[in-house]
Amino acid sequence: MKKRKARTGCDENVNTLLLEDALATLASGEAVVLAGGTDVYPGLQDRPAPAPMLDISRIAELKGIEKTSDGWKIGAGTSWTELIRADLPAVFDGLKCAARQTGSVQIQNAATVAGNLCNASPAADGVPPLLALNASLSIASARGTRLVSLPGFITAVRQTTLKPDELVTAIVVPEHELNALSVFHKLGSRSYLVISVAMLAVTVVPDCDGRIRDVRIAVGACSPVAQRLPELEAALYDLHLVEDDLSAALQPEHLQCLKPIDDVRGSAAYRLEAVQAMISRSLREVAEKFAEVKRGI
Amino acid sequence: MVSKQTPLSFTLNSKPVAVGTDAGKRLSTVLREQLGQLDVKIGCNAGDCGACTVLVNGLAVCACLTAASQVFGKQVDTLSGLVASESHTVSLQAAFLRHGAAQCGICTPGMLVSATALLQEQPAPSEQAVKDALGGVLCRCTGYRKIIDAVMDAGGHQAYRHDTAGTVSSRQSVGVSLTRLDGADKMNGVDAFGDDVAPANAKVLRVVRSPFHHATFELGDIVDFVARHDGVDRVLCADDIPGQNRFGIIPGFIDQPVFAEGRVRFRGEAVAAVVGNADVMEALDFDDFPVRWTEQAALMTPAEAQTMDAVQLHAQSDNNLMCCGTVQCGDADAGLENAYVKVSGRFSTGFIEHAYIEPEAGFAQRTGNTVEVHGCTQAAYMDRDSLALILGIDAEAVRIVPSAVGGGFGSKLDLSFQPFIAVAAWLLNTPVRIAYTRRESMQATTKRHPSDMQVSIGVDNTGRLCGCTFEGTFNTGAYASWGPTVANRVPIHASGPYLHAHYRARASGIYTHTAPAGAFRGFGVPQAAIAQESLFDELAMRMKMDRLEFRLLNALDNHQATVTGQVFEQSVGIRACLEGLRAQWRAADKDADAFNRQAIVSHSPWRRGIGIASGWYGCGNTSLSNPSTIKAGIRRDGTLVLHQGAIDLGQGSTTVITQLFADALGVAAKDVTLLGADTGITPDAGKTSASRQTFVSGNAARLAGLALRQEIARQSGYKEIVGIDLSASNITVTSATGERRSIDLADQAALNINDDGYVLMVEESYDPPTSTLDENGQGEPYAIFGYAAQMVVLDVDTQLGLVRLDHFVAAHDVGRAINPLLVEGQIHGGIAQGIGMALMEAFIPGRTENLHDYLIPTIGDVPPIETIIVEVPDPHGPCGAKGLGEHVLIPTAPAILNAIRDASGAVIRNLPATPDKVLAAIHRDVETE
Repeated sequence: MKKRKARTGCDENVNTLLLEDALATLASGEAVVLAGGTDVYPGLQDRPAPAPMLDISRIAELKGIEKTSDGWKIGAGTSWTELIRADLPAVFDGLKCAARQTGSVQIQNAATVAGNLCNASPAADGVPPLLALNASLSIASARGTRLVSLPGFITAVRQTTLKPDELVTAIVVPEHELNALSVFHKLGSRSYLVISVAMLAVTVVPDCDGRIRDVRIAVGACSPVAQRLPELEAALYDLHLVEDDLSAALQPEHLQCLKPIDDVRGSAAYRLEAVQAMISRSLREVAEKFAEVKRGI
Repeated sequence: MVSKQTPLSFTLNSKPVAVGTDAGKRLSTVLREQLGQLDVKIGCNAGDCGACTVLVNGLAVCACLTAASQVFGKQVDTLSGLVASESHTVSLQAAFLRHGAAQCGICTPGMLVSATALLQEQPAPSEQAVKDALGGVLCRCTGYRKIIDAVMDAGGHQAYRHDTAGTVSSRQSVGVSLTRLDGADKMNGVDAFGDDVAPANAKVLRVVRSPFHHATFELGDIVDFVARHDGVDRVLCADDIPGQNRFGIIPGFIDQPVFAEGRVRFRGEAVAAVVGNADVMEALDFDDFPVRWTEQAALMTPAEAQTMDAVQLHAQSDNNLMCCGTVQCGDADAGLENAYVKVSGRFSTGFIEHAYIEPEAGFAQRTGNTVEVHGCTQAAYMDRDSLALILGIDAEAVRIVPSAVGGGFGSKLDLSFQPFIAVAAWLLNTPVRIAYTRRESMQATTKRHPSDMQVSIGVDNTGRLCGCTFEGTFNTGAYASWGPTVANRVPIHASGPYLHAHYRARASGIYTHTAPAGAFRGFGVPQAAIAQESLFDELAMRMKMDRLEFRLLNALDNHQATVTGQVFEQSVGIRACLEGLRAQWRAADKDADAFNRQAIVSHSPWRRGIGIASGWYGCGNTSLSNPSTIKAGIRRDGTLVLHQGAIDLGQGSTTVITQLFADALGVAAKDVTLLGADTGITPDAGKTSASRQTFVSGNAARLAGLALRQEIARQSGYKEIVGIDLSASNITVTSATGERRSIDLADQAALNINDDGYVLMVEESYDPPTSTLDENGQGEPYAIFGYAAQMVVLDVDTQLGLVRLDHFVAAHDVGRAINPLLVEGQIHGGIAQGIGMALMEAFIPGRTENLHDYLIPTIGDVPPIETIIVEVPDPHGPCGAKGLGEHVLIPTAPAILNAIRDASGAVIRNLPATPDKVLAAIHRDVETE
């Protein structure tokens, strides 16, 4: 990548920052990356904005959602609203459901899906559905590009493996079979603008008969980083969506990987109990969706 | 890269603008401070309240979360631009006015802009779409239902059509649903709130606050700090207070310093203030402010504060007991001992934050030896008198000019920002402004008292009350504020509006190292009602009686003594309220049964329950004089002027008081020119609290109207007049016999102009008749009580503990509804706050100091509300009217708790009833069974 001086400020080219210029800027020194601003500004707590900030909302290359040979690429500049309005396969329904419950319309119009991952809050609404979609992140720097799985990206509360000179450029969701289904549940103490007490996302790939061929279940706000439930997923494998009692597969030890805390939003014990109910409901919902599709509704 | 001070050009409200600014500056700040766009309101700077919503290329976003540089080349629309260019906005404005969808108006720009974006995409949206579109804009006044109705109406849905019921041109104003007289300015975003009034050259003041709940501190080299920061003019601390470094509310309890002196007693307490140029102050980092803290052990609860070895917060208060109040009659202990059924319980509630969307703000300026303080307040004359003592000058040398108030609910009764800027303006002789951040507002201003209540109530074998004891401990925080009022009010009201022969209630206020607890809609009564009304449900169930009929059986009636021995002959309205709910209560009971039968069949986790609760509230100060004075005059040119000093917080007192005045005088409301509130030009109409403005100031206004009518009659020579017509320099008077005479106001020989510029002028006062309470709390604490009963239908998710409210029916005895539209607005808003108190609100010092950790209801949390206006006139009320502002909140939380139990068996005695607590209580119930 050839070095170019980053364009700065509000000159006539301000709306068209090039990715390579942005990466050059990051390579030349640390900057706070600004996208939708919905995490950056609250984090300031009334202090003035830091300089320098790198506003990536102006990078055209980060816009838009497209289908590629690697799967669906959600550009890092994609807002929740753009995701909601995008024409996507049914397997994205869970993610769209999370999008509609993220903050408020004002937040959804500004905040980016990728920013939600980079912020790495334990209660990030985007993480469970994207875990359940087997998503990866496409990361670029002046040194090159890399692809990292979502579990390999968020490592702890508000910590990611993103290096100071790197930028997330896209979220990549592998293409699923057409009959793959997903659901999402968010539990909060009020409607709108609420930080989740617990979240649950499920993706199921059934065969055409209804037997589970792939299933991914992710729980949010019940551990420092949202977790998949691999043991539960294994227990569900090969069960029939309609004929089997899916809830019966759930065993308490399946949730041992969760480490919920007591906080103002709810107790740890409550979170664990709620997650179990949410799992049962989500599986039932998936089964109903499958039955509906099967009936041709 | 975003760099400093770059030229920024974009289209603002259809006009190209260019401004030099820091690229990373919040768009909200640039719009307000550099482009004068004051219709963009700032409530939180964190995207939590939506007050600053603007459209960027047609999309609603929070301007506080948008970098200035991000709108380069884009189109930004604020309310004022949309009003001029967008027909949807204009129809929304009209609908908001008709429906009473704006109260204080601070959220109105955000609501209208968000709703405009919705209608641009969906001209006839569903209710759900309206909620989704407005879910990001918080309103603390209206309860949202009228906002939903207004948007649906503007969206052309006939079912929501609502026409203006009253007209300002009618001579009969009382009982008419006039739209609020100050509504147009609120709709246009030009009503000037506390942060909208400072002159451009004002210096900015920021406060240095304690990060610790309890600490000692020493200030370091302040001179050096000022010298090191260009543009900083001065640092103020306790030594700089010209008068007394103390303020408070109740004589004998004036204990709060403007600036702490060596010791801070709560997190957020002020130790110093820095004054300087606006640009410098905005960027100033307080990390290098010279203060050395030594943290001390903090007493966070009354239990901790009352241990043997607890430190004493204030020298005069042994055991950290601020004060207590008692009411007793009969022999409560014997009554309970002989009870057929007795129930007891311990109940607790936490701090509740007022969470008005307008943080405290204003400016002060000195002129010669007087100082003016402009800004949001509920109590202009109290502010004036307290500031005079702090400045060490005469009260007449202080003028309070209240701005529009973006919600108050009790907390803006106390001084907050005013002393800092008054002292700064006084010492620096230059205008000084301040706007609290949301965090400051939440940390440092007063809260609802946390309560811990042990209550026992017994009934005889017919279900009649035979004994009741109430012992309440209230955490009053670090300073007294209105704590003594809470301690006095609670024992009077903890009986509920019921007949008790044997009763003893005691409430005490305890100092702790927490934010001062003060006035909040109901002064402790909502907490007491939770305990009493919850236990009433238990009694009814133990007696196998219907819960509404049990309350009716025990309801207070005319000619019966209250627990303070007061007897009302004709105005007790609780029976009418409960009877007003009866038909709906029975229908809801049947509906819940059917719902639950179906739920069991279909294996649904949801269960439906119904709950009911009553409330009462004495209007005006407890056994203390609290007069209001209203002045009115007619100028030589025929202008009729009302000097109206009652501060309207959004509840509509300006409209109601004008209605009462105009009606008494016999003119239309539109004929009245309003002045005030302003201590420079309006007489003292008292504070806006204690549900007293309609009652007390309304009476004064009515008396002023009658007096002016009499004066006009005297001038006309008629004994009795039936008509007054004002025109330019002339009043045409019609006699009882239909004759007409003209009073020529320009006739200098007949009519002199007085010092106030009037040819005719009156000034009338009203003070409610009360008596002092004796050592047993016996006497006549209030001239008027108002009464209320509310029922709620709700569903509980028995697996997740979630509560889904279905609808409320609220019956309120207001004596006479001077303005039914505004009455409904109060009921809706009170219920919304009651929902928050019941289900989600908990202020934890140091933990929930913002509006995303401290949750208040959003537009999705308030279900439909049916209001039943009951009118049992009170002989003391203007046209029979009683107060309402606080009554509306009192029954809500206990009604919800009672319905949760009815639905799920969950008994919640520690609020709020968050999903985890509800689920744990369901498990407890199952274990008990």
